[in-house]
Amino acid sequence: MTEQRLDQLQRAAFSYFLQAVNPANGLIADTSRDNSPASIGVVGFALSAYPVAVERGWMTRADAVERSLATLRFFRDSDQSGSPEATGHKGFYYHFLDMQTGVRMWRSELSMIDTAMLITGALTAASYFNAETNAEIELRKIVDALYRRIDWSWTLGGKTTIRLGWKPECGFLNYGWDGYNEAIVLYMLALGSPTHPIADDSFEAWTATYQWENLYGYDFLYAGPLFIHQFSHAWIDFRGIQDRFMREKRCDYFENSRRATEVQREYAMRNPHGFAGYDESCWGVTACDGPSHQEPELADEPRRLFGYAARGVPYGPDDGTLSGWAAVASLPFAPDIVLRTADVMLARYPENLSDLQYVSSFNPTLSRADRRAWVSAGLFGLDQGIVLLMIENHRTELIWRLMRNCRPIRTGLSRAGFRGGWLSRRASNTDHANAHAQ
Amino acid sequence: MPTRNKSTPTAPSDTAERERRENVHPDGWRNPVPAARYSLVVIGAGTAGLVAAHAAAALGAKVALIERHLLGGDCLNVGCVPSKTIIRTSRLYAEMRHATQYGAQIPGDIRIDFSAVMQRMRGIRARISRVDSVRRLTEAGVDVFFGAARFTGTEALTVDGTTLRFKKALIATGARPDMPSIPGLDEAGYLTNENVFDLTELPRRLLVIGGGPLGCELAQAFCRFGAQTVIAQDWPLFLPREERDAAQILSDAFARDGIEVRLNTQAVKVRVEGGQKLVDLVSEDYQSTVAVDAIIAGTGRVPNVEDLGLEAAGVDYDNTDGIRVDDFLQTTNPRIYAAGDACLEHKFTHTADASARIVVRNALFLGRQRQSALTIPWCTYTDPEIAHVGLYVRQAREWDIPVKTFTIPMHDVDRAIADGEEAGFVKIHVKEGTDRILGATIVARHAGEIINEITLAMVARIGLRTLARVIHAYPTQSEAIKKAADAYNRTRLTPIIQSLSRRWLQW
Repeated sequence: MTEQRLDQLQRAAFSYFLQAVNPANGLIADTSRDNSPASIGVVGFALSAYPVAVERGWMTRADAVERSLATLRFFRDSDQSGSPEATGHKGFYYHFLDMQTGVRMWRSELSMIDTAMLITGALTAASYFNAETNAEIELRKIVDALYRRIDWSWTLGGKTTIRLGWKPECGFLNYGWDGYNEAIVLYMLALGSPTHPIADDSFEAWTATYQWENLYGYDFLYAGPLFIHQFSHAWIDFRGIQDRFMREKRCDYFENSRRATEVQREYAMRNPHGFAGYDESCWGVTACDGPSHQEPELADEPRRLFGYAARGVPYGPDDGTLSGWAAVASLPFAPDIVLRTADVMLARYPENLSDLQYVSSFNPTLSRADRRAWVSAGLFGLDQGIVLLMIENHRTELIWRLMRNCRPIRTGLSRAGFRGGWLSRRASNTDHANAHAQ
Repeated sequence: MPTRNKSTPTAPSDTAERERRENVHPDGWRNPVPAARYSLVVIGAGTAGLVAAHAAAALGAKVALIERHLLGGDCLNVGCVPSKTIIRTSRLYAEMRHATQYGAQIPGDIRIDFSAVMQRMRGIRARISRVDSVRRLTEAGVDVFFGAARFTGTEALTVDGTTLRFKKALIATGARPDMPSIPGLDEAGYLTNENVFDLTELPRRLLVIGGGPLGCELAQAFCRFGAQTVIAQDWPLFLPREERDAAQILSDAFARDGIEVRLNTQAVKVRVEGGQKLVDLVSEDYQSTVAVDAIIAGTGRVPNVEDLGLEAAGVDYDNTDGIRVDDFLQTTNPRIYAAGDACLEHKFTHTADASARIVVRNALFLGRQRQSALTIPWCTYTDPEIAHVGLYVRQAREWDIPVKTFTIPMHDVDRAIADGEEAGFVKIHVKEGTDRILGATIVARHAGEIINEITLAMVARIGLRTLARVIHAYPTQSEAIKKAADAYNRTRLTPIIQSLSRRWLQW
């Protein structure tokens, strides 16, 4: 895949945030489907995307600041009462919000992980927009206020690890989220808080549920769905920095994601369920949309199909549904493999793209009369966000360099026991200057 | 014993049932005249009690065995034996329905004859009951007493008014279903393992409350017999003690079978309307009602410690954890020991057996064997089965033991592929940097068989290096263990060793 092609894909991914935004409050729709609510996690990606767009000349700095400010002011002024119709509670926000009014939608949960993505996006903006102009000063102040008001310690709910959801109707949700998952960035923000941090041992308590496995010949920190190996990594440069667990295993979370990429390939080569399309250059089993409930004519399909689900390897669920974007989101970890894979997947299944934007998923086993694979309708904001950020990290490392200087992230990493690599060097403006120089 | 509720079915009194009854509690039985003093008095003739009585008698001890209900206890009468027997039939039905996956034709008329399923079960149960029959016990020299035992002091107890004196005693009274307190459940009627095997008709719609081993096994079996089955589990996963991946595979298997899975869900109220049971379920902020014809509940276990006069005997106990014992299975009365479900955390037939053997040695022969030294495997007999032995990863990490897992998915095992039984894995946990096996979890169609090799290795302190040298017959599913051992060996090929090897071969 050429640099030019990557640029096209990246810009197309960015255009989602221009298409799906409510300019009045900065909220971004979860999907491009009709009546989609806003997703706060997608807003986090949007806030991280504007600096990329400025650097690439797709958007003026003033426009980016204005969009970011509209978003941040909305969250600052939002109803934090925690009532069923509010926007948030204790500094956190409901997962899905009404695009116009910003109130809770779908009886969704107060989401700790999606709030973390939102705030990480806000911190990315604060790192980038560092000029001493009134607008950028206001932007940084609001980001600081939003971060400081989050009561991370409340999310422990009397336990040692973070509860990942809460509803006014029933309190904390019992997800039972043991094991490695995408929550590292959440723990870093919670540990780095100057106002309501969680205890030092919370991260250790969470990592105590990790499983280090030798699978298909690769030693790695196991997690089935590919996105788990990508989402925190979109913002945090894990190369060369290690917590206690990774020191013990002589690995780091970046290298671990590279191995997870290899495990995906190995699984696709084995293709235990005999799905169409799977091979060493066609994989991407992750959380994505799926074919159930959408295609009534598939009712006779003997295989069990899933809707939106966290698909994973090697134990599933796997219904033959793959995500092209998930392969691309591993670009920084294994560029040679991913570039080749992306080329092959797009050549075989051009329906993977809709106006150069990746659809959530496709399923070649459920090919239609025209022999094209089943594809998920519309676009998902999270997919566009991760594609955009990971291509950027591959090309310039912009997001990583911005976040290396982010105090909450640095503090969180240090409190979590991360050492070495760039963390052993003092935070400076060097990275930021480099970011602009690229 | 718990009071049987009004929905209790009764098994037909067929030839098999009459034979079992004759073996495990004959009509008109008359208790023997007790000896002046017994070397060992055993209370409870379940697995632990029977093993202890046979072993002690074989070694020359004067033994009395007291049972208030049926010899063989839960395992034979209302546990492992009947459940595994009907599970076998349910697997066959599942295979018939999926015959095309094996290149076979689906039989034209798959008709479930539930009464035939239960008749087969009763026949097998009766046959197995011969092993521990009253006749065999008495021939072995054991004095068998039927009735309720109650301690009257530290060295004596009574059985229906007759006093038995002992040098040593063993409490092996087992456990019973742990009933959830759900308003309306008693009035509506429910099944437990104690009466579900007496059913002669298949309930058309069934709710199973509880996603532990017993609930999971019964839900899957009854679903495969054609009952429209809902399982409600108040945790986010089934089998909460087991590995997340094992629970995930089980959830998928349940969904394929057509079981309606309700995780994170509690049954809060039951009522009867129009002859059907309506059960209110709550999952976080979502409430719903299911209409069923039968409810299986009480899939947890609580020890039987009541009405035994334990205070008079000086034996400490707890209604939840059971008889308090030390590592030698001795109670707070040095003459009295306990074994099996009445005192153990791991309530399995094989742990009852192992603990009874420890008691015989410790109580009668001054032994100092410890229960903590036991390596205990267990298995949930769903399809696929889920078996475990030793430590879980989370336990090892909590104890700061560096742990590494060698994982072989069953789809990498030729025999599993040939058998069409690829769902599952073998995961062997070793201490990082060594080949010492800390534990293992196996999910496979026959995981209960495969786990025994790991248990053997752990007891004999055989590491993965040695297991890699063990030739496994090809093709077998237990070859997965060899593959895990080979994977371990490959990790020993460090770059330095590889370089030395290369130089040697080039020389």
